[in-house]
Amino acid sequence: MKITINNIQVEAKGQETIFQAAKRNGINIPHFCEHERLEIIGACRLCIVDIKGMPKLAASCCTPVKEGMIIETHSPRVIEARRINLELLLANHDLNCVTCKRNLNCKLQRYAEEFMIQDIRFEGEKRIEPVDNSSVSIRRDNNKCILCEQCIRVCNDIQTVYAIGLENRGFHTKITPPFGMSMKESACVNCGQCVIACPTGALTEKSDLNEVIVALNSGKYLIAQTAPSIRATLGECFGMSSGTPVTQKMVTALKEIGFKKVFDTDLGADICIIEEATEFVKRFKEKRDLPMITTCCPAWIKFGEQFFFDELSHMSSCRSPQAILASLIKTYFAGLMKIDPKEIILVDIMPCTAKKFEIMRDEFKGEADYVLTTVELARLLKQFNVDFSNLPDSEFDQPLGESTGAGAIFGHTGGVMEAALRTAADWLTGKDLKQIDYKNIRGMSTMKEAELELGGQKIKVCVVHTLGEARKLMEQIRENNSPYHFIEIMACYGGCIGGGGQPAPTRKYNLMKRTQALINEDEKMVLRKSHLNKSALKIYNDYLGEFGGEKAHKLLHTSYYRRDYI
Amino acid sequence: MPSLQKLIDSGKKELIEDRITVGLATCGISAGGLPVIEALAKAGLEIPVDKVGCIGMCYNEPVVTVIQNQKKSIYSNVTKENVSELIESIKNKKQHNKLLAANDINELDFFKKQKRIIMDNCGIINPLKLEHYLAQGGYTGLHNAIKIKPLEVIEVLKKSGLRGRGGAGFPTWMKWSFIAGKPGKKYLICNGDEGDPGAFMNRTIMESDPFKLLEGMAIGAYAMGCDEGIIYTRAEYPLAIETLEKAIDIANNNNLLGKNILGIKGFNFNIRIQKGAGAFVCGEETALICSVEGKRGNPMPRPPFPTDHGLYGKPTVINNVGTWSHVCAILRIGSEEYAKIGSEKTKGTQMICLTGRIQRTGVIEVPIGITIREMIYDIGGGSPDNTDVKAVLSGGPAGGCVPKEKFDTPLDYESLQGLGAIMGSGGFVVLNNESCMVNVARYFMNFTQEESCGKCTPCREGTKRLLEMLTNVTRGVGGESEIEKIRLLAEFIRDTSLCGLGQNAPNPVLSTLKYFKEEYLDHLNKKKCPAGACHNLIVYSIIDKCTGCGNCARNCPVNAISGQLKEKFVIDNKSCIRCGKCYDACAFKAIIKK
Amino acid sequence: MDENTVNLLLDLQDKLGFLPKEDMIKLCREKKIPGVYVSGVATFYSQFKFSPPGKYKISVCRGTACHVKNSAGILQLIEEELGIKASGITKDSNISLDCVNCIGACAKAPAIMINGTVYGNLDNNKVKKIIKSLK
Repeated sequence: MKITINNIQVEAKGQETIFQAAKRNGINIPHFCEHERLEIIGACRLCIVDIKGMPKLAASCCTPVKEGMIIETHSPRVIEARRINLELLLANHDLNCVTCKRNLNCKLQRYAEEFMIQDIRFEGEKRIEPVDNSSVSIRRDNNKCILCEQCIRVCNDIQTVYAIGLENRGFHTKITPPFGMSMKESACVNCGQCVIACPTGALTEKSDLNEVIVALNSGKYLIAQTAPSIRATLGECFGMSSGTPVTQKMVTALKEIGFKKVFDTDLGADICIIEEATEFVKRFKEKRDLPMITTCCPAWIKFGEQFFFDELSHMSSCRSPQAILASLIKTYFAGLMKIDPKEIILVDIMPCTAKKFEIMRDEFKGEADYVLTTVELARLLKQFNVDFSNLPDSEFDQPLGESTGAGAIFGHTGGVMEAALRTAADWLTGKDLKQIDYKNIRGMSTMKEAELELGGQKIKVCVVHTLGEARKLMEQIRENNSPYHFIEIMACYGGCIGGGGQPAPTRKYNLMKRTQALINEDEKMVLRKSHLNKSALKIYNDYLGEFGGEKAHKLLHTSYYRRDYI
Repeated sequence: MPSLQKLIDSGKKELIEDRITVGLATCGISAGGLPVIEALAKAGLEIPVDKVGCIGMCYNEPVVTVIQNQKKSIYSNVTKENVSELIESIKNKKQHNKLLAANDINELDFFKKQKRIIMDNCGIINPLKLEHYLAQGGYTGLHNAIKIKPLEVIEVLKKSGLRGRGGAGFPTWMKWSFIAGKPGKKYLICNGDEGDPGAFMNRTIMESDPFKLLEGMAIGAYAMGCDEGIIYTRAEYPLAIETLEKAIDIANNNNLLGKNILGIKGFNFNIRIQKGAGAFVCGEETALICSVEGKRGNPMPRPPFPTDHGLYGKPTVINNVGTWSHVCAILRIGSEEYAKIGSEKTKGTQMICLTGRIQRTGVIEVPIGITIREMIYDIGGGSPDNTDVKAVLSGGPAGGCVPKEKFDTPLDYESLQGLGAIMGSGGFVVLNNESCMVNVARYFMNFTQEESCGKCTPCREGTKRLLEMLTNVTRGVGGESEIEKIRLLAEFIRDTSLCGLGQNAPNPVLSTLKYFKEEYLDHLNKKKCPAGACHNLIVYSIIDKCTGCGNCARNCPVNAISGQLKEKFVIDNKSCIRCGKCYDACAFKAIIKK
Repeated sequence: MDENTVNLLLDLQDKLGFLPKEDMIKLCREKKIPGVYVSGVATFYSQFKFSPPGKYKISVCRGTACHVKNSAGILQLIEEELGIKASGITKDSNISLDCVNCIGACAKAPAIMINGTVYGNLDNNKVKKIIKSLK
């Protein structure tokens, strides 16, 4: 059908909203609450437009197009309404922009600037609330909240965690964990998807930057490990386009600011696969505790411990790549270098706010010391005046710097499963298989499944990302109805490249580019199967002993326990 | 209805025979009707004593009607103090002249211009005696409906011209036809969540004539092919809930609800009650659905409309108590008869709650098209103390005011809308010279601000700021430029809010600004409230009557009054906090407020 | 999540007179309803109370009819007499004070309700007497 937007006739599709039709035709309408993956709620009213013949202004996000509609998206009346809207939000906001973590990266601030809000005509009482600093991952400052409900919809509808919700009504409406609980006491799994969704500084990652800066000047032995996905996203923080790989620059940068060694979590990923594939092959042969579920994602682990504590036997006992490498750094590497592990400070560069929680788990105490997210690292590099784009290349340090293509793809949804299948398939068939691309478990669909035949046996696998999808699979398992043998679960949309510590936004278009960067990394490698990683094999040979052996179990595996929640 | 004939006969007999009735709806009870009926019942009278619902004469409650020797007497303001006198005269078979209001309600001015087709049973029948309802012609509407095809019932509504009594006046037949053809599960909802302060038409029907509502919904169920209905009503209406629950049981036991209703195979319909928990916004259809599902009553954007995607995602028709009652009346008297009542564009009658500065407060039912003047003066008797009626507020917090110059406007959707007011639920509050229009606008803004669900920015933040600005006007803070700011924000809220609550919240402000801008200007420029209602702007002063007793000074909490004993005292207006304690304390009326 | 949270909370309040936090949490666990739902619903509707009612429950009608007959002044007077604000309770838990939208006694405006009994046509002196009788 034909509609007219700002005097230009454009083609609109039958089921589209005005917002979608405008966007498809290159007209961006300002908005806070609209989100491609979330239910339309029409709450912020910033996307209002003027439709000819309608007395009131209409919210474009929830008004369907109609044949012959004549729409103005930026008429004086619309602009004035948007200005009043912004003034009302600002009148109830703490306006501490300079001291806000989202300064210069905040949608409210951006619109205020674009719409030239210079004085606020409607000032009055403000809703003032204490900042919630209780969580190790996420900081909540309701004085900056504009109630667009993106965080709630992500937490409740997409993740089904129900950690935060609306309370009270009218002017007193606020977003909070229930019953006056703090974030720490809540059901929050620390995935940080709310942080990514928040357009202002109301939800931010809990920062460990200051502690790391002190550590960098402490004279101790500083080591960094960088997760698989960081290399595909860090560049965006420095103005590079999505999916620009920056692996070698990242290593140089970390060295420049004072890290003695920079290790690659991809190696931890390869070792993780060796252990996980060993465990899977064993369980598969014994027909025990199937389906087995991957446990690289700390948000998913807490989710499982809370909501499915009766099904924990399905989880792989294998630690995450981060925890594996942290464990090896403080034991194997410290021994090799004859350093007191207490003299080492290990900083993990992770895509993830939940990793901040993971390193605090009792099982991992004394291993990794700090977690910085991608966004925090970028901030640190800027503080240290690192000219990132013009840095020379350097390689990861040995002996914990070598990885295969299988380790690289851990960063996107389906990657862990693909890596595990490459190894498990070889072991189950006893061959060195050449066909190792499992394309049907790649891509942005939140639930992907595949069936393969290995050595005469059928294996059914499933890959999900977002915890809402995980919940569905777990309920199947609880009802003894799961058709799968092996499941990969990642809490964040897109996997770690869409993690809570990654640069926002994490929409489909840029997540696909980030994914492609990791796939390219994988494809250019000579070795693309974890069990062929020479460094890994050497560590087993010199230190750990056999795959899945006693020492490997002590250092590379963990256990889970029930957590109560509300 | 042969199966019901016995009941009809016994009901008819009871209603004709001698009886004493006491109006015991919420208003009758709150006026002290319970001790009255107790005293009558214990008095050992020969005539049976029965309770009835509300006849609408709030100003006369408690109302006792006595039919003795076929002679009717209506007594008003019967209380536990004077009921013994009444009992005495009943025993003596005499009328009690002091308490007598009339021999028949139609003698009273209050009823002369009313047209009662849905309140016809209110205050006449015992609400929970099905035989009474049947005797009055109850369930002939449903009986007429099942004689024709379901779609023909909708056709009858179309011919009647019935428009939804919820506020916007959407044609009822059209709403029904949206879901009538849809297969599968669908729901009927009766919106009885009357949150409008000062309006209780719905409560009156639910408490006084519950079967009418059940019959109306059953007709809807037949026409639209639904098997489940829900009555959503406020938990603050305990008597209405109790009455409806009992009525539903009785209807079920008499095959008027449940399976194969009236012997029609496959005509199944059940009704349950869902209590609301106190949120005005739940009058909005989408919020109401959320609330029925047990969630926060946050409105949702439309489309999808409830008729496509309603309760639990199923097609749902929501009508309010008034509309369902009208359906019942239309099917009983026929669409032609019904369409004779009313104006050209709007047919039928409307229930109105008359309150405020008016002599005869109450619930009335008037033909649409009656003028506002007729309602206020002929039915309501005008202002109680002969002060000048200044305006009437129609439609509650979402409505607007009609100034006295426009009192000849007929009551219908379009005319009221043209004035910037709305019919809304039908609450009419009469204001006189002691009412400050700014203060009233502020009162309603305070209400909508507190009832805003908080979802959309304009309503959540805007109503708060508008309230603050109006509060400032009532305190005389700010200059004339405030008025344009108020108008700007009010229009913004009206034009951009998500739901009806926000879109209509500025109506009282905009309409008082339209007709009473002078009053706003007086507050801001002259720092005066012409009605003397805004207490920050009141100036207290002591006149020559003062005896110098010093009582005022002793009562002043801020020591703003000084003087010598036995001489005239003085109030220092700078330190005075306008608490009015001195005014109350002065025995000589020597303190005046301006 | 087929449970109707509003109904569950109304029932709980009927039983206990108000909604204690511990009982709401227990309800969440028993019925497997996310806490944010219960907390969100409980704080949305004005019927739900989080502190126990007093022995005498005063409800001041703030309906329109009462407002135009100065219910704001009546409320202020009661607040002063009791030394508490609306939605508060006296220290000895004897009297709790609330505002309600309309008690349906418009003809008797301004009106208040104490434990279900309506007191109408109030003025300052009547209010003072009533409060005195409760103390």
